[in-house]
Amino acid sequence: MAKRYGTGTLAVQDVNMDLARGDFLALLGPSGCGKSTLLRMIAGLIPSSSGEIAFPADPEARRGIGFVFQEPTLMPWATAARNVALPLELAGMPKREAHARAVEMLARVELAGFEDAYPRALSGGMKMRVSIARALVTKPRLLLMDEPFAALDEITRFRLNNDLLNLWRDERFTVVFVTHSVFESVFLAERIMVMAPRPGRVVRELRVPAEDHDTPEFRTSASYAAHCREVSHALAAAMEVA
Amino acid sequence: MGAQQALRWFAPAVLGFLALAAWEWVVWAREIPPYILPGPVQIAQTLARDWDSLSVSLLVTVQITFAALAVAASLGLLLAILFAQSRVIEMSLFPYAVVLQVTPIVAIAPLIIIWVDDVRAALLICAWIVAFFPILSNTTVGLQSTDRNLLDLFRLYGASRWQVLWRLKLPSAMPYFLAGLRISGGLALIGAIVAEFVAGTGGTASGLAYRILESGYQLQIPRMFAALVLVSGTGIAIFMALSLLSHLLLRRWHESADTGEHR
Repeated sequence: MAKRYGTGTLAVQDVNMDLARGDFLALLGPSGCGKSTLLRMIAGLIPSSSGEIAFPADPEARRGIGFVFQEPTLMPWATAARNVALPLELAGMPKREAHARAVEMLARVELAGFEDAYPRALSGGMKMRVSIARALVTKPRLLLMDEPFAALDEITRFRLNNDLLNLWRDERFTVVFVTHSVFESVFLAERIMVMAPRPGRVVRELRVPAEDHDTPEFRTSASYAAHCREVSHALAAAMEVA
Repeated sequence: MGAQQALRWFAPAVLGFLALAAWEWVVWAREIPPYILPGPVQIAQTLARDWDSLSVSLLVTVQITFAALAVAASLGLLLAILFAQSRVIEMSLFPYAVVLQVTPIVAIAPLIIIWVDDVRAALLICAWIVAFFPILSNTTVGLQSTDRNLLDLFRLYGASRWQVLWRLKLPSAMPYFLAGLRISGGLALIGAIVAEFVAGTGGTASGLAYRILESGYQLQIPRMFAALVLVSGTGIAIFMALSLLSHLLLRRWHESADTGEHR
């Protein structure tokens, strides 16, 4: 999957990125650097002022984009299963089949048994799991996440980080993950694009090799700390340029 | 929980009983004649004695109220949906809905009664005018306050206009619509009563308001009170029924119907 970009708006300027299938890319930057705008343009929710997003000719590639918002963004009047089934039902899948797929997906995000729970009965972390299940139920090629764990406590966030990585390793969808946390970006992503504000632009791209991610207890390893330091420096440099 | 619930019913019931007893005692002790102020016991007796004629009037008033409420609810909902579809329609029509709302019903009721031959239809129109606006304005606000991110999500999955309306906007607006309906239920009754007062003795429909007027002319004050009790009772019943409806529809997901079992 390839994507090229370039917009002349104030929010985001001259951004070019190529995404390969199975990439886990983090967009890292301070508030107001156009990360979310960029993500919404990729999703097609807002038009780009100039430039384009190119998908490969393969028609399957356009099949699905999953989007996870900063808030769980669930329909409060619908059960967890019905929330997850929504994208399938909107696409015209028969209700029973959509429900079965939703139940299956809820089990994959460790919410088996909560199919009939309404969102208000769920904790913040559980709601976010439902939201992720909804984004993944269509088996998208591309998962876009807009600071999905920013509002959660650290313990819940770590667990969801791990679970997201497991899902990604199993299914190998492409992820673009917006965050303002250096630590989260290093833990999750293989590619980190550091962005600077006014106007929003990409100033540097760093890599965290897959073999480093495979370090046992990566989160407390020396390799993790080294990467965090490197990314922090890049971010500080980006802020200075701005 | 159980004790709290019991107190909620018990406390007002005791207070009401004490007030009625005090009323009865004052009437008895000071020998107030029934044409000035009848006691509650006498009112109850009159209610039982005249139940045949009063119940017919009650039925008339209840019918007009519910018909007006039904028309107000369906028209209000439809118009609000229309507003949600087109900003131009909303901007053109909403001011007139406001005009309808701010014009005192007492002032326009005589005109409507003159213009519309059928008294019942005239009363229904008056009740509808009063009941219409809260539903329209509440539902309009409800349809506009749909979660922006959910709207984006529906767009992302290529939802049609119809799907957005049916699966997203209408459920979001439901609590607002129901709150409007609760207000309008009481207003429809008031509209029906006020219009009948204006129609006065010319009314052949003879609802409860007509009974009140008639009893007033004949100085049958206990009967007047009995009719008044029925009006209040009807209003309370409508409010409770609509509150129950709202609770049943929202209890599983909306904060307003939170029974405390989830938190």
